[in-house]
Amino acid sequence: MTDLIERHDIESSDDHGDHGVSHHDHHGPSGLLKWLTSTDHKVIGINYTVTSVLMLILGGALAEIIRAQLVSPTSTLVSFAQYNQLFTMHGSIMIYLFAGPFAFAGLANYMVPLQIGAPDMAFPRLNALSYWLYLGGTISMVLGFFATGGPAAFGWVGYAPLTSAVNAPGVGPDLWIGALMLTGFSAIFSGVNLVATIFYLRAPGMTLFRMPIFTWNMLVTGLLILLAFPVLTAALVMLYCDRHFGTHIFEVQGGGVPILWQHMFWFWGHPEVYILALPFFGMVSEVIPVFSKKPMFGYKGMVFATMTIAALSLGVWAHHMFTTGAVLLPFFSIMSLLIAVPTGIKIFNWIGTMWKGQVEYTSSMLFAIGFVITFLIGGITGIYLASPPLDFFTHDTYFVVAHFHSVVMALVIGAMAGIYFWGPKITGYKLHEGWGKAQFWFLFIGTQVFTFPGYWLGLKGMARRMAVYPNNPSWQTLNDWSTIGAIMIGISTLFFIINLLVSWRKPIPAGDNPWDANALEWFTTSPPPHHNFLSLPPVRSERPTWDYYHPEHPALGHGDHVSGHAEQKVSN
Amino acid sequence: MLKQESYILIAFGIFAGIIGAVYWFWGHEDSGGVMLVGAILLGLMPGLYYYYWYRRSGGQRPEDRPDATVADGAGTVDAFPSTSIWPFVLGSGCFFFVLALVFGIWLLVPGLSLVLAAFIGATAESRRGGSV
Amino acid sequence: MTSRRAALLAVIAPLVLAGCQLPSFGAYHGITKGGTQSYELWQGFSVIAAVVGGGTFLLILWAALRYRRRGDTIPRQTQYNVPLEVIYTIVPILIVIGLFAATVVVENQVLSEPTPKATVNITAFQWGWKFVYPGENVVVIGQTTQNPTMVVPEGVNVKMNLVSSDVVHGFYVPALNFSRFAQPGLNNTFTFNFDKTGTFKGQCTQLCGLYHSLMYFQLQVVTPTQYRTWLKANALTPAQAAAAAAASANQINAGIPVKPAQTSYGVN
Repeated sequence: MTDLIERHDIESSDDHGDHGVSHHDHHGPSGLLKWLTSTDHKVIGINYTVTSVLMLILGGALAEIIRAQLVSPTSTLVSFAQYNQLFTMHGSIMIYLFAGPFAFAGLANYMVPLQIGAPDMAFPRLNALSYWLYLGGTISMVLGFFATGGPAAFGWVGYAPLTSAVNAPGVGPDLWIGALMLTGFSAIFSGVNLVATIFYLRAPGMTLFRMPIFTWNMLVTGLLILLAFPVLTAALVMLYCDRHFGTHIFEVQGGGVPILWQHMFWFWGHPEVYILALPFFGMVSEVIPVFSKKPMFGYKGMVFATMTIAALSLGVWAHHMFTTGAVLLPFFSIMSLLIAVPTGIKIFNWIGTMWKGQVEYTSSMLFAIGFVITFLIGGITGIYLASPPLDFFTHDTYFVVAHFHSVVMALVIGAMAGIYFWGPKITGYKLHEGWGKAQFWFLFIGTQVFTFPGYWLGLKGMARRMAVYPNNPSWQTLNDWSTIGAIMIGISTLFFIINLLVSWRKPIPAGDNPWDANALEWFTTSPPPHHNFLSLPPVRSERPTWDYYHPEHPALGHGDHVSGHAEQKVSN
Repeated sequence: MLKQESYILIAFGIFAGIIGAVYWFWGHEDSGGVMLVGAILLGLMPGLYYYYWYRRSGGQRPEDRPDATVADGAGTVDAFPSTSIWPFVLGSGCFFFVLALVFGIWLLVPGLSLVLAAFIGATAESRRGGSV
Repeated sequence: MTSRRAALLAVIAPLVLAGCQLPSFGAYHGITKGGTQSYELWQGFSVIAAVVGGGTFLLILWAALRYRRRGDTIPRQTQYNVPLEVIYTIVPILIVIGLFAATVVVENQVLSEPTPKATVNITAFQWGWKFVYPGENVVVIGQTTQNPTMVVPEGVNVKMNLVSSDVVHGFYVPALNFSRFAQPGLNNTFTFNFDKTGTFKGQCTQLCGLYHSLMYFQLQVVTPTQYRTWLKANALTPAQAAAAAAASANQINAGIPVKPAQTSYGVN
């Protein structure tokens, strides 16, 4: 079925409050068939979100087993082979199946069209295909657990030639390659869709520099996806040919170059880090202004910081390869150090947004602040790693593990900020605040308890991916603390599930605009009708919904001194 | 139309060019050089295409004008499919295709059948105005 | 010394001087000149990280606590403060340039390769290490349960050639503040000048398959005299040495006659 979408201005439509009655009465399929055939970006966004959160829980469960193994130096909870499989699948599931898809395809799919006033993504059927490819990839990856010889066991980075047919025989590694190909194409299609949607389907008056920061970040993420993912997919095809068709691209024996895999992998891998991070930066940039009752501080600086991060990410891939002895150290060092500058601008802009605001401690805002703090820790420790002499003695140790877990746990915390913030828009019901706050404190404190011993262990010399550490029994105490942190994170996940059940059993209706928020998605109903908007307000800033409800409180430019309005009451 | 959009992409391509030139003449490393050429093209190809259309049309869409009202953009936005089974069919075909890479060539039979069915189905759907 | 180098040194000098009294921030002090400089660089980075990171952390806390919601008034809708934004763009750039300058100076020291007095060819394999002393007819091989010891002289330049015979491994001695990938088909060289005797733990850092966790070795730094004695005591016949140097991991298991170093600690 095709729908011709008309756009209505708020004055000419019937009545803004009359959202309940849709003139797009849909008699499409229902039930399973609806799920299989829907091309609605909202349904696809929910599919992505649910699938990727399930993967987060699965990956987290694997992490708990890993941490349980490490509580003693000679633990035999799992065998060496199982341990290698566990951390490989933990990393693969978290990076390929949770963080990326959740960020650039889950909430982005749902929110980007809403934020720019579009009826759907630019290519709805391609969007649906993205999800089915991703689901296929997810199934392939998880099938690895049931494969003869177990799943892949060469780490989520799969450094050649450990991935060759000789070193990693069996179907498990092939399933890993297949899963990555499917999710890779899924990501590329999502990227195309995001860029095209943002370029072509904005509401009248929504110039590029009036888009919400989240949408901006998704645009840049989309471009980075198009830059990075084809390289990974090409590398995977080469790897498959090495394994099955007798080529020797990554094998010395036939004149191949193993380090080529590292170059290609990290040319994808480092932009991928920003592909993961930028959407969460965006989510937090939506949450903090709303709960500070102020516009995003330094909006334009924020946009340029995002673009600078993306541009610099072109020239940083080999900082993962400093210890190969085969890369241009000063070039990658200065490029990686420079990334700290736009990232710092972002953190200062978030602080500036809260400054002299009315910071309201909702669960969502707590998660957002937790994100900023955790990300600050991950970012500061990342600066050490950009310096080759310091990277030499921290590379592939727990210092690196702790560094990127600070970063990705910040992203998980940011994801929770997004879920608590946009959940009411998606379901029409708020999540329970009490359970949300309990979840926050366990997740936030657990993250720090989990990562800090890691930094220390890395400096003492504990290498990554060790199933046992019999030569260094003194490392046990720190490892045990890290495990306690992991258990706290696990408990926070239980609280999240309890919260979903509680909120489902005793729903708290949210209304259209429960947070008195800024962007266009809060102008329509919760959940939005098919094709999103019955009418649109005029767009005069990046906060059209705020401007509509608070016309007397526009954002002030530098040096603006509008007086007399500052003391008025919130009018909702 | 698409003026700022084209500038962003072109700027991205030019920056990739600068990085690529520095990297190439300093490091003399092939794989990164080639991948950075890809990055240059990623920026310049669509960027210059958009720029061409901007110069050719010259006009501004309502979403490019800061003073546009919703009425300026009123009317039909576009036709959007509301349901279609073919993405699922194509996705399943690709899944079987990957399983064929892993478990054996015979799985290409369902894989390619589903992909072909999806190509035909999706094309016919579009020709018939999108009715499933 | 060129004026550019002097300028770089001027940047790093305060960091190095300050390094003497600073806490270690968890890192090893290093047993080579490069390792010690890396350690001082680490201290410098840590001071800056503590100041910048700690300051930013306090700012976040202050903003969140001081400006918590106290009523229903809508605050001033300030969106831009251009001078402030310029400051927090420029200052980080300056810090980054300083860090980079210090990095380059230390990096050049760590990677400098003066003429060596002794050479060790290191081959990493699944799952162990082979240390060949070219021209000395000495070969040390060990794996998992029997960790090899690399014996090196103190106070002279020791060159190491590092390569892998199968997958990527990581040569890592925490006390050296140094690690390097052992890669198939790619020879890596680096030179140390040890300024401390003793035995130091080393291990593989890069995942290399099943027994990655057990791929240890030891680095034993001895005086040059002791080094000569050790070489003599462990010398093989030239034929044996050639066979051992060419041996692959499988042949070690098959009993090629080499004399593995005794380990002070076993595994299992």
